[in-house]
Amino acid sequence: MCTYQTETVSLRGSGKGTQGWFSVTDASVYFDHPVHASAEHTLNLDFLNPQLGPGARVAVELNADSALALAEAIRRVLASTGAT
Amino acid sequence: MREDIRAETVEIAGHGGDQIEAYQAQPLDDDQVGAVVVIHHMPGYDAWSKEVTRTFAARGYLAICPNLYSRDAAGASPDDAAAAVRAKGGVPDERLVGDVGGAAAYLRSLSASNGKVGVIGYCSGGRQSFLSACSLPLDAAVVCYGAFIAADPPADSPLKGRSLLRLAPKLACPVLGLFGAEDQHPSPEEIATLEQTLRDQGADFEFHTYPAAGHAFFDPNRPSFRHEAAKAGWEEIWQFYGRLLAGEGS
Repeated sequence: MCTYQTETVSLRGSGKGTQGWFSVTDASVYFDHPVHASAEHTLNLDFLNPQLGPGARVAVELNADSALALAEAIRRVLASTGAT
Repeated sequence: MREDIRAETVEIAGHGGDQIEAYQAQPLDDDQVGAVVVIHHMPGYDAWSKEVTRTFAARGYLAICPNLYSRDAAGASPDDAAAAVRAKGGVPDERLVGDVGGAAAYLRSLSASNGKVGVIGYCSGGRQSFLSACSLPLDAAVVCYGAFIAADPPADSPLKGRSLLRLAPKLACPVLGLFGAEDQHPSPEEIATLEQTLRDQGADFEFHTYPAAGHAFFDPNRPSFRHEAAKAGWEEIWQFYGRLLAGEGS
């Protein structure tokens, strides 16, 4: 199925794409068909800067377990360092 | 049929006269033949969409696949372009109709055209194929697992498109629908709703739903590929277009 479900998030940070580092302003989060990963559906993350064009994008496709493990690791790291 | 073809990137006039990129393929034979507009899937104007376009040409049809993301992401890689358009909620329906109409007019202008034009679309393109068939003078429409033809997207979806049932009475050509029984977008219920609507209005249509197949079963580059369903689906397409696009145009 195409889930078409997408959440967008405003961000402040940087990402490294095919042309080097750029400022990341937005992210898209969706569970849908991957372009590259060998799975029918993956949790897809696009780190974007639309002002710089469609090529300013860092893309990640993760299976659902990996995505949850990543999300929990991010929470643990931030909590343990007192950053949040 | 020699299966010899020429394939190339061209520019065509799309919605509002905008010049948009398109991939055109045609047989080298001099016969007057039918034509097909290929509407690419949501992942965009990618290698598989071009392969499908060449497949139609090898079977004796003029074929063209307009890059529906031309304006949003000119020159970008297909996956970057698809991500950008997805974030915007997809291609607006009005623009889609203009682009497909422009592609159909381009095909009819070719010296090898017999005047007949069909349309085929996959995934989001399946919905757009039905939209085109309700909006443009076409001769045949193939809908491959298009969702949100007979149902609205979820309320929290960023998709701009809505159910097309309000347009169904304007359907102006026969429709072939090819679906996977395990797909949820479109769900079996949505397919049944569309089927009932078309039956009630006396439309010329045929639907085939393949067991053990879900979404995107035609695409051999994805784990969702289902050989039996794809093979059977292609056979239906050749019969459908063979019946409706052959001979002299209207």
